[in-house]
Order: sequence, then C-alpha cells, then structure tokens
Amino acid sequence: MKPLVEVRDLKMHFPIHAGLLRRKVGAVKAVDGVTFSIMEGETLGLVGESGCGKSTCGRAVLRLYDITAGEIVIDGQEIGSVPQGKLRALRPTMQMVFQDPQASLNPRMTVGSIIAEPLDEHTDLSKAEKRERVAELMDRVGLNRAFLNRYPHEFSGGQRQRIGIARALALNPRFIVCDEPIAALDVSIQAQVVNLLEELQDSLGLTYLFISHDLSMVRHIADRVAVMYLGKVVELAPRDDLYDRPLHPYTEALLSAVPEPDPAKAGQTRERIVLQGDVPSPANPPEGCNFCTRCPRVMDVCRRIDPEFREVAPGRFAACHLHDERYQGAGPTA
Amino acid sequence: MPDGDTGNVLEVRDLRTVFQTRGGEVHAVNSVSFEVKPGELLGVVGESGSGKSVTMMSLVGLLPSPPAEVREGRVLLAGEDLLRVTPARLREVRGGEVGFIFQDPMTSLNPVFTVGYQIMEPIRRHMGLGKKQARERAVELLELVGIPSARDRLSDYPHQFSGGMRQRVMIAMALACDPKVLIADEPTTALDVTIQAQILEIVADLRARLGMAIVWITHDLGVIAGIADRVLVMYGGQVVEQAPVHPLFNDPRHPYTRALLRTIPTVTGARAEKLEVIEGQPPILGAAPTACPFRDRCPLVFDRCHAENPAREVVAPEHDVACFHPSARSGTGGAS
Repeated sequence: MKPLVEVRDLKMHFPIHAGLLRRKVGAVKAVDGVTFSIMEGETLGLVGESGCGKSTCGRAVLRLYDITAGEIVIDGQEIGSVPQGKLRALRPTMQMVFQDPQASLNPRMTVGSIIAEPLDEHTDLSKAEKRERVAELMDRVGLNRAFLNRYPHEFSGGQRQRIGIARALALNPRFIVCDEPIAALDVSIQAQVVNLLEELQDSLGLTYLFISHDLSMVRHIADRVAVMYLGKVVELAPRDDLYDRPLHPYTEALLSAVPEPDPAKAGQTRERIVLQGDVPSPANPPEGCNFCTRCPRVMDVCRRIDPEFREVAPGRFAACHLHDERYQGAGPTA
Repeated sequence: MPDGDTGNVLEVRDLRTVFQTRGGEVHAVNSVSFEVKPGELLGVVGESGSGKSVTMMSLVGLLPSPPAEVREGRVLLAGEDLLRVTPARLREVRGGEVGFIFQDPMTSLNPVFTVGYQIMEPIRRHMGLGKKQARERAVELLELVGIPSARDRLSDYPHQFSGGMRQRVMIAMALACDPKVLIADEPTTALDVTIQAQILEIVADLRARLGMAIVWITHDLGVIAGIADRVLVMYGGQVVEQAPVHPLFNDPRHPYTRALLRTIPTVTGARAEKLEVIEGQPPILGAAPTACPFRDRCPLVFDRCHAENPAREVVAPEHDVACFHPSARSGTGGAS
C-alpha cells in the first residue's frame, strides 16, 4: 500500500498584529512542523486537547489556509504551494466534513441543492442526472429521498451530519478530512454516524483524517493515531500499540484521564495521571520540549532541547527524550 | 411518602415542567421524582433534551416564566417546599442553601466584574459578612479549589483565567455559603479530558472535606462511573431507571440504559468491530406522555408499551425501573 497523503514539516503560523501601525509582533504557532502520511484506505486519527492545533492542521492539509511552510502531497500531487485559484480544479479528490452540522449547512438552501452544489461547481451533468445523483447519495447516507426539498432546520443533528457527509461524497473524493464530525452529537447518535463513516470507507475505499478529542471513539475508528500537543505531533503509532503501550508521557496522561464507564474499574486499571496546570500559549511556547511545563517525567535536557520527532520502534514515532539512548539514566528531575 | 423527616436533604415529587412555545406545548419534565441523601453524589445521565437540566433548574425557579411553567410537584429542601415559598425566600435559597455550577464557565461568569467581586457577592448577601471578612473567605475558597496565588487573582477578570480555572472559580462561588446541596450541570463537558480529571479530583476531595450532597448532571457515563453513588437515568423527560452505581453498570434493567452502555466505546479492553447503535431519534415531547417514551427505539417493545406509560417499580434493593418487559424485573438480558 502506498501513501495517499503525505505531509512534511507543515507549519501554519497566524501573525499577531499590535500597536498603532499594526506591525507584526509575533505569531501563534498553531501548527509547527507536523509530519505524517496516510495510506490509501486508512483512517488516521488526530487527537489532542482543544487549542492544540488539530483542526488547523486538518484545514491546512486541505489548503483551506495558505500555509506558512511545508509540503503536502495528495494523490501524487503537491498542493502545498499551488495558488488558491488553481486548487479549485483539484478539490474534487479532497473533501471535508465539518464539526457543527448546524453552521456548515446554508439554512436557506434545501437539502437537495446543498448536496448538488459541488456537482454544479465541478461537473456538467444535466439537471436530471444531478437529481439522480443526489437521490443516490441520500440513499447512501441513510436519508429518505423524499426529504429532498426540506431545509436543514427540519432535520435533527445526526441527520444534518449525514447531509454534510453526502455533500462531501458528491464528487467521489478519495480523501476526506473529518473535523470532529461527532462532537456536537449525542452519544446514541454518535455511534450511528461513526458506523456510517466506516461503511462508506469499506464500500468506497475512502481515506480519512479523523480529527477528534474523543479518545475512545478514535480508538474505534482509526487504524493509526497521531497525538498532538501545542502544534506538534508528539506521538504517532498504530492504534493498538498507542492505546496499550503509549510511549510519550503526554499520551499516557491523556489516556489515563479518560474516565472508564465501569465503576468496578474506575481508578484501578490504570494509574490516573493528573496533569497539573494548563496548556501554554501557542504564541509563546516554552523553550525545549513543548510539554516540559507539565510533564511528570521531565528531565533537565527537556527544558533546553526540543526533542526530534523520529521513529523509536518500527512504525512508532515519538518526540521525547525518554526514548533517546543519549539521555537515558539522567533520571527525572521534577 | 411522608413529608419532611425522611433523612433526605432534597426530595422531589412528581415534578412536571411545561414550556409554552409558538408551536404548542413542550412537556420537558414529566412526573420526575427523586431524593438526595446527605453527603451523597447523585449522578443524572441522559441525552440532550431528556430533561436533566430543566429538572434541576425547575427546582430553584431558575427557568424564565413564561415560557416555562412548573405545573405540578413538590420540591422539599429539608422539608420546605421550594415551589411554594416567596420569591425573597427563594433568593435566599439560591446560592445559599443550594449551590449551582453551570456547564459553560465563560458565559456564567460576568465579564465586567472581577472574579473576587463575583465570589464575594453571595458571601456578603447570604452570610452577611463585611467586605474584609468576605475577602478573606473568597481567598480561602479559591485556595480550596486549587487556584495558585489566590489573593492576587481576586482582582482579575474572568477572561484572564483559562477554561479549567474558570470552572474552579464557578465551583468556589457555588461553595461560598456552605450549601446543603450542590447542583452541578455538566460542569466538565466544556473542558478537555486532562482538565476534567483535575476538576474531578477537586470535587472528590471537597466532598470528603465538606460532606455536602451533590447532584451531578452529565451525559458522560465514564464520569458517572467514577464519582457517583447513585444514578438516575433520564429519557424523554422521565426517570426511566434509578440505582446505585454498581448495579446500574453491572445489571442495567431498562433497555435504554443497556443500549446506552453498549454504545460507548472505551480506551481499554476489547475493541468491537462495529459500534452498537440505538436506532432512531429521541422523542419530541409535544404532549404529556401516554405511552413509554422509548417505545419507538426499543428492541423489546410490545403492545402494552404503546398503550400505557410504565411507572417506576422497585426491582431490587434501591433499584427501580420504568419498563413493562419481564426482563426488567428478572434481570435476564442484562448480562452483556
């Protein structure tokens, strides 16, 4: 299997302007050097706390922003430096499902016209052909064809997310970025949408970048998982390895913080690591490792040198000095 | 059930709240009854729209009326019916005997007053302390919830605090007057898991030290499993199951509770190939219920469910369920 998506050293900095002349005084380093690849037909989960840059990363990969630096290759086509005007022709292969189905659907358009909009833009199908395609898509995502002329407000949250998915599928994309597609939904509805996404992947051979803060849902849907902290990927590994034996202390803490829905197991299965303090500001990240201010196993070297993101075991990547022989035995200095 | 002396700090009987909207009435809370014992943590779970928040806000008259109207019921706080007291007395109760923590710490703090002012306000109002004493108490409270250099932070505004810190401020405010009951409405839903873990620790610690009763509303069963003593499961504006935390998770009797427990994936243990789903949508509560609210999504539905609304029946010690199906009584089928 070959990678469909390759991202190398992606950076997305947002400038901060201040003062009378609105001079640039700094930058919010929302995404600061992220590297990963996604194989064809694979789901890569991207997890992290709010503000860690996971959504920005997802949007930058699709070039919804003009990126600061880095290289993005999707389906053999380098798109990192392509001007926005030319990108339009490339958009059919890459689509996005947004977090808030309420905000990402135009309330004044009917469901039929929302789903048909990508077809209007990118194809020259006749009206009848378009109507046929829209009906087919609605079947595919489990919406009743009869609802073609209804408006988004007439649907529930889960159904609205299905409309968003149908719209993303309209042009037969190969790669879909799902930006917290289930965060706004209820538990019982979340499972319906996740199952739909999995079915579509199996039947259409889709590749997903699945962004979420819900670790248990990512464990269910993803093949490999990348953990982000303050603009950087700190660990990337196959799903089972990451959940069973996390390498990075942040991943460990994050996993231990997820409450277990079983009172007998609460606080027993895993030592709960409660991180102190809050995430530092991405405008002013700490020197050395980004996580050194909260890391329970911090060493002296962590405060000086930013650990490199590298392969520490076959298929497992981490950015941590704990997995570097040079610093072994230095011991924690907390 | 006799009034007053039952040893409960809070007792709610047959509460019914209706909203008047342009499209007709919405029966958000239908005959909800429950009680809270001293020092207990009662978890309330349910999907959005199941009536969890509306129930709790009805208790102390926090819903704007109109459109909301509490039609029936009794809310006994240490024997006193809060639905029948004067507005002045209700103001004393709110923030005094009953503390409230809301979901979103940004919108529930006033952005134009300092945090110190906002914490001192209920202390001065309810406890009648002077400015200086109130200030001392505020510092004490902020230290209690783990805010570093509390004294200096009193003059900061809410936007200068992070999300987790703001929620701590909210907790401090709710605790200000030593409430008998603390109602926490999804206090950690807007927070990240690592911050949620911090807040859960603080709450466990405060409970051990202060011993007040807590009603904790959430839709996260994981949180409930970790902290609650007893759990109410709500669906369609009604309580469908009530049990201590262990029986609820190990031997759920209501089909909705069972389905809910199966749909949530975990970070440990075996990973299911496919997630279980509850088909369909939650009900629209346009009228007072005449049949089981879960009937359209229930795998065990039969004729009687369409004709009558099941009442809560005790099926095991301290465990009651509103379901007609025989498996609710015998407990078979809950072995999953």
